[in-house]
Amino acid sequence: MIEILATVLTYVALAAAVWAAVLVVVNKPIQLREWHGLWLYGLVALLEVGLLGQLVVGIVKMATDDRQVAGLEFLGYLLTSLVILPLAGVWALAERTRWGPVVMVVGCLTIPVLIIRLEQVWNAHV
Amino acid sequence: MSELAERTRSGPGRLLIAVYAIFALAATARSVVQLATHFSRAPLAYLLSALAGVVYIVATVCLARGNRTSRRIATVSILVELVGVLAVGTVSLAVPHLFPDATVWSDYGQGYGYVPAVLPLLGLWWLRATR
Repeated sequence: MIEILATVLTYVALAAAVWAAVLVVVNKPIQLREWHGLWLYGLVALLEVGLLGQLVVGIVKMATDDRQVAGLEFLGYLLTSLVILPLAGVWALAERTRWGPVVMVVGCLTIPVLIIRLEQVWNAHV
Repeated sequence: MSELAERTRSGPGRLLIAVYAIFALAATARSVVQLATHFSRAPLAYLLSALAGVVYIVATVCLARGNRTSRRIATVSILVELVGVLAVGTVSLAVPHLFPDATVWSDYGQGYGYVPAVLPLLGLWWLRATR
């Protein structure tokens, strides 16, 4: 695993979660016509690209590194982390109340948890 | 009819279904990996993981559809989930050697912040509140 990438992705996910939480507090649904909704989704899109990068790097490192990694489990976490944000994004956008950004808070906070699990699986057998 | 569906998946229901979806994904992915790689290590635990995954998927889909029939199916699956987390939670603490590897429901969902124990209660409450 690339520690720097994992750390950056964690912070971007936390930043997006905080931004979504602000929208909850000020009682705004997610609206892509408004700057606050657009910026949130821009940040989440960036995060998704980063997660895609992590998938590619993860697969390459798994194939080239000669450490014993629980391959399928590792791949499972890499793939799961890719699915969360698009689903949360679509689901949150359909909501016309502040519960939309609540969904994004939960979706974004799931990413650091998955990254922690990824690192645990990667470091399990040194 | 569609008004009922809208009510079921709006507001707090929007979050509830999102959390159900995350657990559907987590439990299913976990059990697929466990069954595929080392089924014989803890067959009972892994089969229960798979059952949990299926229950979460059914609950997620039925809550999201939200019509009269699917709400009924959701209620049943959430009851199964409640019984499952209580039964597996109790047995995993009382007879730990039956569960050499963890499932979503082990120790009342401790590994998942006890969300698996709270989620069915919230689900049943939400179905009641939106009747």
